[in-house]
Amino acid sequence: MSRLTSCFETLQQENRAAFVTFVTAGDPDYQTSLDILKGLPGAGADIIELGMPFTDPSADGPAIDKAAQRAIKAGASMKKTLQIAAAFREENQATPIVLMGYFNPLYAYGVERFCKDAATAGVDGLIIVDLPPEEDGELLIPANENNIDVIRLATPTSDDNRLPAIVNGASGFVYYVAVAGVTGGKSATADDIGTAVTRIRRHTDLPVAVGFGIRTPEQAAEIAARADGAVVGSAIVSLIEEGLESDHSSAEIIDNVLNFTQSLANGIRSGR
Amino acid sequence: MALNSYRTGPDEKGHFGKFGGRYVSETLMPLVLQVEEEFKSAMQDEAFLAELDELNRQYIGRPSPLYYAERLTDHLGGAKIYFKREELNHTGAHKINHAIGQVLLAKRMGKTRVIAETGAGQHGVATATVAARFGLDCTVFMGAVDIERQKPNVFRMKLLGAEVKPVTSGSATLKDAMNDALRDWVTNVHDTFYIIGTVAGPHPYPMMVRDFQSIIGRETKEQILKMEGRLPDSLVACVGGGSNALGLFHPFLDDRDVAMYAVEAAGLGVETDKNAASIAGGSPGVLHGNRTYLLQTEDGQVEEAHSISAGLDYPGIGPEHVWLHEEGRVNYVNATDKEAMDAFQVCCKTEGIIPALETAHGLAHIMRMAPALPKDHICVLNLSGRGDKDIFTVAKELGEEI
Repeated sequence: MSRLTSCFETLQQENRAAFVTFVTAGDPDYQTSLDILKGLPGAGADIIELGMPFTDPSADGPAIDKAAQRAIKAGASMKKTLQIAAAFREENQATPIVLMGYFNPLYAYGVERFCKDAATAGVDGLIIVDLPPEEDGELLIPANENNIDVIRLATPTSDDNRLPAIVNGASGFVYYVAVAGVTGGKSATADDIGTAVTRIRRHTDLPVAVGFGIRTPEQAAEIAARADGAVVGSAIVSLIEEGLESDHSSAEIIDNVLNFTQSLANGIRSGR
Repeated sequence: MALNSYRTGPDEKGHFGKFGGRYVSETLMPLVLQVEEEFKSAMQDEAFLAELDELNRQYIGRPSPLYYAERLTDHLGGAKIYFKREELNHTGAHKINHAIGQVLLAKRMGKTRVIAETGAGQHGVATATVAARFGLDCTVFMGAVDIERQKPNVFRMKLLGAEVKPVTSGSATLKDAMNDALRDWVTNVHDTFYIIGTVAGPHPYPMMVRDFQSIIGRETKEQILKMEGRLPDSLVACVGGGSNALGLFHPFLDDRDVAMYAVEAAGLGVETDKNAASIAGGSPGVLHGNRTYLLQTEDGQVEEAHSISAGLDYPGIGPEHVWLHEEGRVNYVNATDKEAMDAFQVCCKTEGIIPALETAHGLAHIMRMAPALPKDHICVLNLSGRGDKDIFTVAKELGEEI
């Protein structure tokens, strides 16, 4: 059983939703990023999404865009992203890692080689935002051969005609993008999200995690009551930017990020 | 092995060989599929085609003349040079051809707002123009660097009622403007149509823009047959994303005796890291909805392009061009900033036509090629745009104050 599947099964037995945190690999630098990553499970993260920096993240808002540019400037690369994942995995065998990003850097690395190296590094899933089902065949096969889940995205524009194409071939979980827009933008209402999750569940038995526009413990709690997981990214990543702007030390930035993560985790745990 | 036809692409998924496709976020997929459906049905709809034809004639001023550039021909002393005068179109460039087609489609789909990215500002002006003509809201994304070097076009867009949004991310040029346009589109997917300014983006855009631009090549064919009684020996056009080049070339692709030259912007030289020649210096990658050649690092990070011409300052190229390059049907060559500047001035002084700096890259290749060719060699340049917008850049290059 994949680490993602067993994670969601355990959480279901505990009757709570998964708390999925997003951070960009190598932001603001390799070591701080690795330290944040290592601290996330202790701060309540159940699943970690690790962003693969790309120069042109056209589905992301300013917070994650800037995080990617910071990371690239600090020397991030696909190889180093895998290194961070591997270093995390040495100490933690339980928390699933999902790499999230855009296709070009992966394509430049070589899709088959990347899937192999990602599996070796202990990566469990991939979310490639600019690779819709029509185009992800070349990723799906090598990923699945290496026991890596390819997580598909459902969105407010995915109607009942579209959803079968999305869930067919998906594994791990389905990521519901709660608003039409970029990361870190508007928030959807809890009711709209509830309706969408119910609709998606009619098409798949996979767990449904919800992201986009979730930035407070209260919002996270509302999502936890309605979905199998809640994803928070921009709100966490913004703390790194704020810390840098206030000339905080790495230790202070790490503390701030992990304290905020813990407050979100508490919100999610109070949601059901 | 030569193909039976170079004009059958793309396949149903939008691929030209392995290039093209639909690499967009899931939120946009249903809309992208809908645009494709609507485009196909519109092109079968006589009322739509009649309206397009009427606008082409009465609003844009088509057909544009095919003009024998006699003094330039004499000056170069070789091939007989014709200009396809796209700079005489309403708004001063070929961009209006695909803007008018796409705005009709937007209207047909019930959209109330259009957005566009722009480099030189020509596509932005064309989009602002058709938005005004059809009463649609319009937002144009333009890199802050380009806003600085294309001030006249920025003001034109404002006069036309468009909002020009400066883009400061990345290199603050065309590629970043396209990122922001995509971000806007995904956020306003319900009421907004994205009028893409070149033969790139997710399927059906490369095909759709090409088909609207192909009127250039169709007219040229008819005109040259009337004037010379035969097809030209060569076609030349500048290429950034490649809309004017493909518009001229596409109707001739199966005429095997017609040679084609697409001229990329070499900036300070293809051997330097300051150029915009994706075919010469790029490698396969995925950006802005399609698989194509990109200027990129080994790690798949997209590099900043450089060209004196804002309209060519893009690190990618339309996917059909890459396919035509790999098939060997079209020759992809390049010209430096300096060569373009020289050609720009020659054109002004021999023909009394101030060409766009983009177009001057095409002309630069003709200046290299024409002297060695026989006098009965007929060469057509797509004079894709006028250069009024570039006078500040040119003055700066020449060290003159205006």
